Amino acid sequence: MTLNMGPQHPSTHGVLRVVLELDGETVLRAKPIIGYLHTGMEKQAEYKTYTQSIPQTDRMDYLSPMSNNLALCLAAERLLGIEAPPRAQAIRVLMTELTRISAHCVWLGTHALDIGAMTVFFLSWREREKVLSLYDHIAGARLTASFVRVGGLARDLPEGFLDRCQKFVDELPGHVDEYEKLLTKNPIWLGRTQGVALLTREDAIALGATGPTLRAAGVNWDLRKAQPYCGYETYEFDVPLGTKGDAYDRYTVRLQEIRQANRIARQAIQRLREMGEKGEYRLRDYKYVLPPKEEVKHSMEALIHHFKIVAHGFFPPVGESYAAVEAPKGELGFYFVSDGSPRPWRMKVRSPSFVNLQNLPTMIQGRLVADVITAIGSLDIVLGEIDR
Amino acid sequence: MPLTTERVEERLRERFPDASVRRQTGEAVRDHTVYVPADRIAEIATFLRDDPELDFAMLSFVTAVDLLPRSPRFEVVYSLLSLSNNLRFTLKVVLNDENPRVPTVTGVWPTANWHEREAYDFFGIEFTGHPDLTRILLPDNWVGWPLRKDSPLGYQEVAFTHNTPNRVPPSPSLTKLKPKKVKYRAQ
Amino acid sequence: MADEKHDNPFRVLGQPAPAAAPPDDEHAIREELERGVLFTSVERMLGWAVNQARVNAIWPLGFGLACCAIEMMSILGPRFDVSRFGAEVMRSSPRQADLMIVAGRVSLKMAPVLRQLYDQMPDPKWVISMGACASCGGVFNNYAILQGVDKIVPVDVYVPGCPPRPETLLHGVMKLQEKILASKPELGPRPRARKRGVA
Repeated sequence: MTLNMGPQHPSTHGVLRVVLELDGETVLRAKPIIGYLHTGMEKQAEYKTYTQSIPQTDRMDYLSPMSNNLALCLAAERLLGIEAPPRAQAIRVLMTELTRISAHCVWLGTHALDIGAMTVFFLSWREREKVLSLYDHIAGARLTASFVRVGGLARDLPEGFLDRCQKFVDELPGHVDEYEKLLTKNPIWLGRTQGVALLTREDAIALGATGPTLRAAGVNWDLRKAQPYCGYETYEFDVPLGTKGDAYDRYTVRLQEIRQANRIARQAIQRLREMGEKGEYRLRDYKYVLPPKEEVKHSMEALIHHFKIVAHGFFPPVGESYAAVEAPKGELGFYFVSDGSPRPWRMKVRSPSFVNLQNLPTMIQGRLVADVITAIGSLDIVLGEIDR
Repeated sequence: MPLTTERVEERLRERFPDASVRRQTGEAVRDHTVYVPADRIAEIATFLRDDPELDFAMLSFVTAVDLLPRSPRFEVVYSLLSLSNNLRFTLKVVLNDENPRVPTVTGVWPTANWHEREAYDFFGIEFTGHPDLTRILLPDNWVGWPLRKDSPLGYQEVAFTHNTPNRVPPSPSLTKLKPKKVKYRAQ
Repeated sequence: MADEKHDNPFRVLGQPAPAAAPPDDEHAIREELERGVLFTSVERMLGWAVNQARVNAIWPLGFGLACCAIEMMSILGPRFDVSRFGAEVMRSSPRQADLMIVAGRVSLKMAPVLRQLYDQMPDPKWVISMGACASCGGVFNNYAILQGVDKIVPVDVYVPGCPPRPETLLHGVMKLQEKILASKPELGPRPRARKRGVA
């Protein structure tokens, strides 16, 4: 029997369509059909400057918008050969780790909701609301922040932001303990996730899985440790690993990642307090980065640079670059081909969910239909990123 | 001695002396990129994956670039990742304009399946030997290859009052609205 | 049949509408009267009651597409409680829902699916177009995105924003409630075709 889990489904986390061939309740074959949210972002990026493409990236993985912004800016910075100042990097690290906490909270809430644990949904979205309110404070928007710019950030930290962050990171471990108390040793949860949606180490590497999916299979690969960016080599944190590669391992890995992200955020806040509340949040290389507004009001060169960058965009050298970050879902990379003009010739997004979703047929081969929901949930996919 | 990208290129040349392997040069080509012949890509990929010193077990992405005023216009880019050596390496293949085709690497890295389907979907590049080369992101009945440089963006002009001459006039109640005076607070 | 499906993804599903009857005076007058007037006080009270019932228990169809879907899920959360409006049950099946909140960008591949879902919803049904992408194409004006969902379904309330804050969506729901209360309940918010035809 062929069953269509259509694009409109409460548990597919977006508009994913899976065509299942069943024999009773056993899945013989599964074919994910995507493209219901295709937005043409790669084509549209060829008609916009690099900075104008940053708001587009928010809409890709809309659960972790600042990670996407960061990935684009890192790729553009690598192409230009510049690096953001240390204070901007610390703020970027802080926001990326808060993003990671928020994305994993959404994952936990929706995954638990699919499996049936509704309480966890309400609890974890409460944490997420706090992170969104921090986003609102720093960037002006709850979800689509577009805060990171090429060469630094859009603006500096506002008053009182670090205190609010401190309060959040102090309270978070207690909340994560709540989720663990509800789920980790819960026999229903164990029954639904242990041994389900197994992905072995060899399969994970061959199918290109990255992120918690890969680490749950036992492969110690985290871009923050292996190919660090934004000064991650100076922060202390562990990389949680799983053993078997089933849905329960992915759950444990992500929960531990929330704790580690909290640890990094705490160090980043400490570092920012040492560096001072206000300071360098953008590189002072006015060929590529906007000068601060105060200088534009007084200096002629700054005004001309501002005009050129805003009206035209910066002119990168002819070449190409690829930069990847460890987004909450996996390795998110941007590949730019530049022809020297302010608009990229080609922008390719290597999105982690696109590659991770390919693992789905391998995971649920021979399993029951109910495990399909668990598998899709534990993969943690976002259709905005898959379809771009 | 940790593996370097120069050593990878050296090994490639040693192993395939008759294939033309040349490095991409450029002012800002930030990754080590090597052009290889299109018909040998599957062998080269198998070698890069299976050789114990190189061990490029993971394929990050496969994509295509359309360099239209230049001929040949298509380039297919393969970005490889070696987990054990912590190294990235990029292969490129140049294809001709009419009927661009290249053998698939799905047999070497199964992850290439969807990447190649996406390249087919956007550019019309045929990957010979691919198990299921159909459109993936666009509707099945779409005609054309949108990311080619000669395909338009599809921008639709937005209808404003100034560019729609024969529009239906708004209802009378709306035209009688008086704008309220707004007091601006000094910043 | 198979060709039709492949040629035209925008075909209207279901039976084609029969040709409308030519308007004659009696019909026209009757239409005009029925459109705005409730005749007796009993009818008026019944109408009021029906409207109140419809307004205080609008059940949305869970149709989240993209980022706006996350803000729509936020209104189900404890902070922006949509339960006070009676709308916390997000029905998964269109046959059980009466409000379709189109939350997110509608790609051309998704458009026939959306129309099919709209057709499956029973009357009375309403549509809220949430966000800039659903209302007018939003940030994305290119080959892949439908420039406004009102090209394929009739929309009652447009909620702007990218994404709209949950309070904005709640404001949109409240505006829809006002619209329902102001409408004549028997015929629903839109005039019906005289003959049975399109679902």
